[in-house]
Amino acid sequence: MRNTQATKLIFELSQPGRSGVCIAESDVPNQDPAEWFPTGALSATPPPLPELTEPDVVRHFTNLSTLNMSVDTHYYPLGSCTMKYNPKRNERIAAFDGLAQIHPYQPEDTVQGMLQLLYGLQNMLAEISGLPVVSLQPAAGAHGELAALMLAAAYFREQGENRTIVLAPDSAHGTNPASARMAGFDFVTIPSCSDGRVDIEKLKEQLNDQTAVFMITNPSTLGLFDDQVREISDLVHECGGLIYLDGANMNAILGITRPGDFGADMMHFNPHKTFSGPHGGGGPGAGPICVTAELGAYLPKPIVGFDDSSQTYFLDNNRPKSIGRVRSFFGNVGVLVRAYSYILSHGPIGLKRIAENAVLNANYLLSQVSGFLDVPLGNRCMHEFVASAESVGKQNGFHQPAMDIAKRLLDYGYHPPTVYFPLTVHEAMMMEPTETESKQTLDEFAKTLETIVQESPEVLAMAPHSTIISRPDEVQAARKPIMKWTPKQD
Amino acid sequence: MNAEELLYCPTHEWVCTTEENGETLAIVGISAFAVEQLTDLVYMELPSVGNQVTAGQEFGEVESVKAVSPLYSPVSGEVIAVNDELADQLETLNDDPYTAGWIMKVKLSGALPETLLDFAAYQKQCAESS
Amino acid sequence: MPYVFNTDDERSEMLAAIGAESIDELFNCIPQDMQLKRALNIPAGLGEMELTAHLQALSTQNKSINEQTCFLGGGSYDHFVPAVVDTLASRGEFYTSYTPYQPEVSQGNLQVMFEYQTLICQLTGMDVSNASLYDGGTAATEAMLMAMRVTRRTQKVVVASSVHPEYRQILETYFACIGTEMVVVDCGIGTMQAAAIAQVVDEETAAVLIQNPNFFGNVEDIATISEIAHAQGALLVCSVDPISLGILQRPGDAGVDIVVAEGQSLGTPLLYGGPYLGIMACRESFVRRLPGRIAGETVDRNGKQCWVLTLQTREQHIRREKATSNICTNQGLFALRAAIYLSVMGPQGMQSVANLCTQKAHYAAAELIQHDRFELAFGNGFFKEFVVRDTQNDVQQLLHQACENNILAGLPLGRWYDELADCLLITITEKRTKQEIDDLVNILTQ
Repeated sequence: MRNTQATKLIFELSQPGRSGVCIAESDVPNQDPAEWFPTGALSATPPPLPELTEPDVVRHFTNLSTLNMSVDTHYYPLGSCTMKYNPKRNERIAAFDGLAQIHPYQPEDTVQGMLQLLYGLQNMLAEISGLPVVSLQPAAGAHGELAALMLAAAYFREQGENRTIVLAPDSAHGTNPASARMAGFDFVTIPSCSDGRVDIEKLKEQLNDQTAVFMITNPSTLGLFDDQVREISDLVHECGGLIYLDGANMNAILGITRPGDFGADMMHFNPHKTFSGPHGGGGPGAGPICVTAELGAYLPKPIVGFDDSSQTYFLDNNRPKSIGRVRSFFGNVGVLVRAYSYILSHGPIGLKRIAENAVLNANYLLSQVSGFLDVPLGNRCMHEFVASAESVGKQNGFHQPAMDIAKRLLDYGYHPPTVYFPLTVHEAMMMEPTETESKQTLDEFAKTLETIVQESPEVLAMAPHSTIISRPDEVQAARKPIMKWTPKQD
Repeated sequence: MNAEELLYCPTHEWVCTTEENGETLAIVGISAFAVEQLTDLVYMELPSVGNQVTAGQEFGEVESVKAVSPLYSPVSGEVIAVNDELADQLETLNDDPYTAGWIMKVKLSGALPETLLDFAAYQKQCAESS
Repeated sequence: MPYVFNTDDERSEMLAAIGAESIDELFNCIPQDMQLKRALNIPAGLGEMELTAHLQALSTQNKSINEQTCFLGGGSYDHFVPAVVDTLASRGEFYTSYTPYQPEVSQGNLQVMFEYQTLICQLTGMDVSNASLYDGGTAATEAMLMAMRVTRRTQKVVVASSVHPEYRQILETYFACIGTEMVVVDCGIGTMQAAAIAQVVDEETAAVLIQNPNFFGNVEDIATISEIAHAQGALLVCSVDPISLGILQRPGDAGVDIVVAEGQSLGTPLLYGGPYLGIMACRESFVRRLPGRIAGETVDRNGKQCWVLTLQTREQHIRREKATSNICTNQGLFALRAAIYLSVMGPQGMQSVANLCTQKAHYAAAELIQHDRFELAFGNGFFKEFVVRDTQNDVQQLLHQACENNILAGLPLGRWYDELADCLLITITEKRTKQEIDDLVNILTQ
């Protein structure tokens, strides 16, 4: 039933002379543009784009969309990505004319509604995080990390201190060390204990007057809440450093605890995880950051302010200690509007229910799989847990256990969990069901996993069998990269 | 070249010396053990001819699909030749890491470091780490 | 709770299976003194009807560009978005899918990325493109960082003052952390002068950054600047307007090494500034230094053509602190929008739109300067934006008058350039009719 014609590359569907648009003639006198530009500024030919009709384009992309798994179509338990349901009311709202069709440089008195929304969001994020001053500017979580590390650098410079080191546990997401580098710091990894918590003794050895920031994800990428976090904060604060909380896993603690209350000085949210922003096939996201009052002065500018005397909202650029800008215009406003709608849809009770059900679902799934998959870090977790396919793989002769099980799950209509992350667990399979899944789905998923681990190694090694392609050759793709289509030479 | 006659770094690079045009050159490569650990190699970053290398410091990188590994120089000196063909034929490292799979030739400045392992010692280290 | 499934009965069953007495018990790992003893102080939850009404009310407090005529530009443009872009990009299989870490079930997204990358190369004349960055400003910044990696020069870069002021602010913020010197070359006469650039580019310079058309709307002499940069071993990074490439020379043919752009004009509405689309494309030899995700073609185990994320060893999840960038989430959905837009526009569509923009912009400029009050600030060739000087130096009055008549007349440049405090940047896209332009001229010359 598949339309294999329509999913050819658009360049192969192109026919000379076709067009998808009908552009009217100019309603002003048409002159020769060559007169206006220096020689050589104009191209002799238009860009060599494909030539397609509108129905071509619709059939092509519509068919392509059916080749994706998505939250709207499948269970998607990718650990640390929080693939929860993306509410449709948020899509309708974000498309309102007054929210979508406004120019970022319009005079502030023509966008008071938008500024009120963004101000409201700043306040809600401050309350949820326990950190009072908020910037909505960063474009993604990693961007928020970078902005926060930059502001830490500015803070220390002003204190007259030369601190060069950022530390994080070995289970940290790769963006942490990458962001540290971009902010001009050296990066030191702190080992974890066998129970997944930060090794405090090892941390103590590394703390000194060069320590700028300790970056912690809590709950961690292993799905555990590190109850040493207060002690860790105290130790880092004592040596003059700051604590940064990577908020990727906030879904587990909404309304339960707050980073500002357990020692964080700075944190970022991922609205495209915690607050249901759709993932869009890889983006957009947003990375709002929340910091203490003292650090607030350094936030990227502008932030939204409210002037009591005139009762109007405004873009506050009068922030002399600000690190400046980390992107153009205000921020990923479309994502922020959806986050605002989402938080308002839930209120305080709803947000807490999210955390409770996310944690309940993860613990339940853990209880259903621990009979046949190792869960090295114990039988309780927060909103996600890490299983290891290593021993079941050895027992049954699987070639690459986590990979093979993941690929076989595709045949059963499930997107697999995250595999091979975090690096601290061998053959890791990190599962995060989220709160928007049913007990029935979790039961079926667990049963499917149990079936799979009893299948033959050959079936697994060649999986998936039922998808349109299977086991692409990534070695060839990296050795001889082909990153665009080129016309065939005759 | 015979693997048993080479010297090794703990970081899996091998080295041997040879005389060419009255100069002592070191030839450097990586061991079969390293190649096996790295699995399918996709890319190698080589130094340029004329670069200085220092014993114990990175001189290049080798990549598989999912990992990057630095290459550490066993010796100090000036790079006078690199195996450009290797970049397009990384399979050579699987087939023949000790001869056709040579990576660079270095004009030595000083003697070979004493910390290099002989074949037996290197084999022992590999066995222990598995 | 509309999105949570668990009923009370199911919760009890699940707790029994887990072996816990209550949900609270599952949070025992969090010390009691860290747990909130009160509800979050945020507004109570709203049902869909109330929520929609509330947001509708906020929305109507904003004046959209459907209620006003928009002559604002400066990097964010009121171009026409064909309906197909919205229809296709709002398919759930596109917008609720994730990064294609499992290629077998992401061939839709991966093929879109591959097509997008190709379209960008066709548009710009470059060898290879990534699959998106956050926006034009961070793309320009990442390009400069990339140039520093490629040339192995980390001390100094040269940037034209005619590059978007916000892009230059971003560069300042990023460079403050790594100690790179940014030399800004003044473009007082409206474009970069070869002599001025030649004075400051030397063998320490990693790259020269220019914008074409620049922030003032003027077309730069790319070929000459590229020679000057290359003569010193520096790279040329150029930020372009993708719509202008319907008629302007492709940067790849003019000696540009890394092209960046804000892709919002390619099928994305104004959105109050984001999400937008960072475009980056470069020469083939630099590809291993390129930041961002890249889709590549390969075959599967049965020899079937397919697509995967490739060259991932550049990225943070593998290379961590040595990564080309810290970027993880990008702007995938907006690259899709651009791909759909470019597919439906085709070469003729792009050429027509670009032509309309420049015809109308020149008409508007000519009409305005017939009046004594206005003169063109610069004498250079411009594409769709131009800088007009108010000889009466009362730009605020002009803007206010226009606003009263539902016209957003232009950007007051005094915001960024002291010497242009008496000037407005006026932008004309293909959406502006002759009538709208005539009305603008009438209002401004009353």
